[in-house]
Amino acid sequence: MNHWRAPALSLRFWPVFRRNLLVWRKLAVPSLIGNIAEPLIWLVAFGYGMGALVGTVRVGGAEVPYILFLASGAVCMSAMNAASFEALYSAFSRMHVQKTWDGILNAPVSLDDVVMAEMLWAAYKAIFTATAILLVMLALNISHSPKLLVAWLVLLAVGIAFSCIALIFNALAQGYDFFTYYFTLFLTPMMFLSGVFFPREQLPELVRAASEWLPLTSAVELVRPMFMDRWPEGTLRHLLVLATYAVAAFWAALALTRRRFAA
Amino acid sequence: MTEPLLDARALTKRYGDSVVVDALSFRIAAGECLGVIGPNGAGKTTTIRMCLGLSEPDSGEIMALGLRMPRDALAIKAQLGVVSQFDSLDPDFTCAENLLVYGRYFGLPERRIRERIPQLLEFAALTHKADARPVELSGGMRRRLSLARALVNDPRLLMLDEPTTGLDPQARHLMWERLQVLLQQGKSILLTTHFMDEAERLCTRLLVLDHGRKIAEGRPRELIARHLEPDVVEAYGNGALALAESPLRTLAGRTEVSGETVFFYTQDARPLLDALGREHPKLRTLHRPANLEDLFLKLTGRQIREEA
Repeated sequence: MNHWRAPALSLRFWPVFRRNLLVWRKLAVPSLIGNIAEPLIWLVAFGYGMGALVGTVRVGGAEVPYILFLASGAVCMSAMNAASFEALYSAFSRMHVQKTWDGILNAPVSLDDVVMAEMLWAAYKAIFTATAILLVMLALNISHSPKLLVAWLVLLAVGIAFSCIALIFNALAQGYDFFTYYFTLFLTPMMFLSGVFFPREQLPELVRAASEWLPLTSAVELVRPMFMDRWPEGTLRHLLVLATYAVAAFWAALALTRRRFAA
Repeated sequence: MTEPLLDARALTKRYGDSVVVDALSFRIAAGECLGVIGPNGAGKTTTIRMCLGLSEPDSGEIMALGLRMPRDALAIKAQLGVVSQFDSLDPDFTCAENLLVYGRYFGLPERRIRERIPQLLEFAALTHKADARPVELSGGMRRRLSLARALVNDPRLLMLDEPTTGLDPQARHLMWERLQVLLQQGKSILLTTHFMDEAERLCTRLLVLDHGRKIAEGRPRELIARHLEPDVVEAYGNGALALAESPLRTLAGRTEVSGETVFFYTQDARPLLDALGREHPKLRTLHRPANLEDLFLKLTGRQIREEA
């Protein structure tokens, strides 16, 4: 059968998602500390350290403290990283190393549903991490705009989009080493091109124009204004960018995973 | 005859230019244990994967439990139990949790799974290991847990891909005993194995595969009677190889040499044994009835396969 046929999704994904939840409940606390420690270190070192040098940054005609500028970008970056780690290293362990997927596929669960369960699971990990970081930011008094509730929904979408993209690389991987390329060649440059650490206006014109279409750019452009208690501009376009990445990447990831399992 | 539980017709599977399974047809009747034997690379695992809808045949069709594979894959798998060649147990879960989580994949009600777990653990002789993780189990225990997991949905047909490979004799015998209990309960089994004593002990019928083709099919004893002389005399030691060319060989129907051993296949071993004792008293000999291993080696040859 054609590997690129439409996804056939059903509620049978739920026991697979639940399986991951049951494993994670046993390891949640150490994994949570690992997930939120890194962005908080960035925040403290850069936000307070660099922030003292930088002072304020101009965003959409308003001057904002650098710590707020950075925090709103860092939470998007954390959602991206959490989703990517889960959909790469952890999903690959389950798929390839432990053969968990093979066991599941002997039961009445289709590969399409397994891939969807992994995608939603990685997105869940992303929103869980982002939620913890948002709570710390609230405690640090960086922002307490009620619009952060809407930002939370955007972060869920960010988690979904990056889970879908990562699953493409999961489907192609022969070993863990492969994921290093994804991080160093794709995610790390994107962090610097998407306005997490400094405004994209600083980029050369051509690079800036290209960076308009990066999924992390859309995430930051949506979330940052809400930290400033404003509504973002170009909301529809940014949501469409995230949705397009999510749908196209999920479709591709599923096709490539089907091909891998048909071999 | 009632409708077979599984009916595979003219299955063919190619990978690139090589034909892995070649126009293979077979059936499994209710309550039957069909053994599939063959050297490595004969197409056993590919055949099972096609029966599970995990691999699509290039041609041919599979009917299982009145449904069509792969179209009705999920409905068929709801009534199957599978033990694959390599364990896919969840390392993060205890034995009991492994069964619970696996039962959920079948959409079984939580209460029914939980009721069934103690029975399944008892069946697998793992009651005392309910809270142990797979890493704490021996190889035999892990295989029995895999078998228990395959039974969580009370399947009608079991597909077991080399369920005893790598086990010590005690663990293997316990596995055989468990499988015999399942057959007595009326379950049907498709079993692949490299152990001829396992095939002879458990299987009602055997399918011998080589290079993806069926080269023999029948009841174990009938296959031996059809293809082999009933008696085998093995001779080894200094000068044994010369026997294959000596006048003694006329006392055997067929002679084979493998390594340092000569195999005489004969209708009646007495004259040959007498002559060997008289003329070659220092040679070591072994007299035994022909078995499935002889049949297997006769049909598939003695040379080592590349994949082995």
